[in-house]
Amino acid sequence: MTNETLALYANLGVYSAMAVFTIAMIAFAMDLAAVAPKVSAAAPETQKEPALAGAGSSVNAPAPRVEGDGPDLPRTRRAAGIAMMLTRLGGLLLIAAAAMRGLSVHRPPLGNMFEFALVGCMFVVVVFVAISLRRDVRWLGLFVVGPVLLTLGLAITVFYTDASELLPSLKSVWLVIHVTVATFSVALFTIAFSVTILHLVKTWLEGLDRQDSVGMSRLRTIVNTALPPARSLDRTAYGIYAVAFPLWTFTLIAGAIWAEQAWGHYWNWDPKEVWTFVIWVVYAAYLHARATTGWSARSANYLALAGYGAILVNYMVVNVFFVGQHSYSGM
Amino acid sequence: MDTRPDESDVSLPTLGVVGMGRWAWRQLTSMRTALFLLLLLAIGAVPGSIWPQRNIDAGRVADYLASHQSTGPWLDRLGFFDVYSSPWFAAIYLLLFVSLVGCVVPRSRIHWRAMRAQPPRAPRRLERLPEHGQIEVDASPEVVLQVARAALRGRHSLGRHCRVRSDGTSLSAESGYLRETGNLVFHIALVVVIVAVAIGHLFGWRGDRILVTGKSFSNTISGYDTFDPGPWVDTEGLSPFTVAVDRLDVTFEEHAGGAQRGAPRDFTAYTRTQTSPDAPQIRQTLKVNGPLKFGGASVFLLGNGYAPVITVRDASGQVLLHEATPFLPQDANYKSVGAVKVSAASPRQLGFFGFFLPSEYIDEQAGPSSFFPDLKNPALVLGVYEGVLYPQGRPQSVYTLSTEKMTQLNSAKGEPLRLLLKPGQTIQLPGGRGSITFDSVQRWAGLSIRYDPGKVLALGGAVAALAGLVASLMIRRRRVFVHVRPVGRRTVVSIGGLAKGEDPRLGATIEDLLSTIAERTGTTV
Repeated sequence: MTNETLALYANLGVYSAMAVFTIAMIAFAMDLAAVAPKVSAAAPETQKEPALAGAGSSVNAPAPRVEGDGPDLPRTRRAAGIAMMLTRLGGLLLIAAAAMRGLSVHRPPLGNMFEFALVGCMFVVVVFVAISLRRDVRWLGLFVVGPVLLTLGLAITVFYTDASELLPSLKSVWLVIHVTVATFSVALFTIAFSVTILHLVKTWLEGLDRQDSVGMSRLRTIVNTALPPARSLDRTAYGIYAVAFPLWTFTLIAGAIWAEQAWGHYWNWDPKEVWTFVIWVVYAAYLHARATTGWSARSANYLALAGYGAILVNYMVVNVFFVGQHSYSGM
Repeated sequence: MDTRPDESDVSLPTLGVVGMGRWAWRQLTSMRTALFLLLLLAIGAVPGSIWPQRNIDAGRVADYLASHQSTGPWLDRLGFFDVYSSPWFAAIYLLLFVSLVGCVVPRSRIHWRAMRAQPPRAPRRLERLPEHGQIEVDASPEVVLQVARAALRGRHSLGRHCRVRSDGTSLSAESGYLRETGNLVFHIALVVVIVAVAIGHLFGWRGDRILVTGKSFSNTISGYDTFDPGPWVDTEGLSPFTVAVDRLDVTFEEHAGGAQRGAPRDFTAYTRTQTSPDAPQIRQTLKVNGPLKFGGASVFLLGNGYAPVITVRDASGQVLLHEATPFLPQDANYKSVGAVKVSAASPRQLGFFGFFLPSEYIDEQAGPSSFFPDLKNPALVLGVYEGVLYPQGRPQSVYTLSTEKMTQLNSAKGEPLRLLLKPGQTIQLPGGRGSITFDSVQRWAGLSIRYDPGKVLALGGAVAALAGLVASLMIRRRRVFVHVRPVGRRTVVSIGGLAKGEDPRLGATIEDLLSTIAERTGTTV
């Protein structure tokens, strides 16, 4: 039995979160646009790595480390502050929406594509907010809230499925274990994907920078000064991948245990299994490339992008178009 | 190598067979090759998700081949319908694992030695290290070294288990040996998983059986509809358990609309089982996520459907056939196909072929269809054939009729005869051929029985791999060196650090060490 009123409230929650994220996105964009001229006019060369990059490379005396913004951004970033508040609010709305969706069907909201997307977005925002409590990641806000907004829009229109009960094969405690961890690691991969894209853009701009610093267009200046240095972006992305990859490994193992219980074989090369494996192998190759001499961080990062491409295929193509035992899209 | 080229010889040095082998081995076990093979593995796995696979659904492969006359046979020759057992896929993963073993074995040896060795002596110029720092404190060099040693073992520095070497005026400390241990465990565990998969493949078996409620089956090869043993399975020595299905309860979604309507909600089979013919009977329920276990073998409930009970009589009323005949569901609403073969009919054998519809309605285009998977309006729609059922005694599917030696009966109007039967209904066949009665409907349970002796090992390997992976990604391998140099009554302390892989916190750790040393020697900075 489903409670349709609660499901309706869940959808309202998604719509309000989308409204909140839209404003947050605009505020993040305004903030990034405003960073550039002042910083670049004052001292384009003194840009420091924000807190994510860790301590500087050389210390001569134990000075107290600077907390917060660091010396590079002395101005108050009002727009970014508003955007962060709105992102937290949107995150709370998504948590409420997911909870109501779950209550309306008396089960974890992890049964079809709409619910995966909703919970995935919730995890992305929660992880972003959690990171922002410890580090200054306001530069990343736009590139997290943007994809979240896009996914929520797709979820509520294209992927939408009425609240209902589960197929018998999904009624298992492994649903919670396997799908929650899968969704959570996809959320991490999503954030890392944004950072990797920014890294590639930034590497490209830094290369241009060295060649001719005079002919930089205004947009280029904005991007170049608003983002942390390429090396720091790369480290951030790597740190997230290093957490997401073991979680994805766990997803694979938990899925195999569940498949053994439900279908009698732990691995049968079902299309979903194939793509989960492909994702695992591609990210393994990424981590491997990081440790291989002769591979630059940039080529390794292309592998990470390919891995995210495989995640998108796994979610959007395999669920809907391929015939297999994981046909739970509800569409 | 003793094949150093002669000075006058400008041609390439000859490597010889051993040299070539060594060169090939070095190439294969290099990180670059491993990376290339990994990517190849990912790409090679993809076709199996795009094209239907024989091991999953042979029927879809046959359909594909029938509808793609030109490309189909080529894809088949290249193994695109058996990707995961094709030679080229096997070549990729076998090369990858040879490469892996070739990499792991020497690394294990090196790591074993490193774990028992002292940290290396501190280099002379610490400022050349990627992370370093220096302060001057009010204490003698001996005191500073003592303080530094304690500080290095602090929780936020290298930890209690770091190894320290002391050389009078310097310290070297190393921590995070478990990083490499984890890395090696991860790779070795992957080999274990592959071995476990191979064991399952060689010694495992699976059998499938469609069991109509009220019937039972025993675990022998003849008890199965299909049986698929690994090459080294002793098919005579299967454990002699039996399973009888008394009842099968099935629930479908009645309330939700859209694509969810009619979606399955619950399947429960009520069974009686015996582990051997003499053992007591046990009543057990079998559910989709809850298999029955008999030693190593597990019984899974993977399918269900309907088996209409049909009686065929001859003209004199003599019963020629009376049985529940399983029909195979074709769509989500359980429109099912099946065949009834009356080999006792004379002078010509009779065959009925057609549909069972749990909720029958006549669709304008598609003809007889079902609108819901449960029994709301059950009906049988059958065509009638007569002739020879089993030409040349060839084996054939029980769900279809081989009509090459049969002719279809026509109605009085000259159209093919189509019988529409509801439960309890009897229809007389034309020309004094007797009658057919649709007595009732039973359900059948699709049981799949599997035995995989490698699965526990595979799980163990996978869990070990995960643990090793976490260790290799989270633990930091660091070396920290401390130099002390007296300057009058004070001491200059320099600290340098070196990390393997990414270690963004190393600089901060060195800063912390310096301030701890300053604090504990009573120096104010």
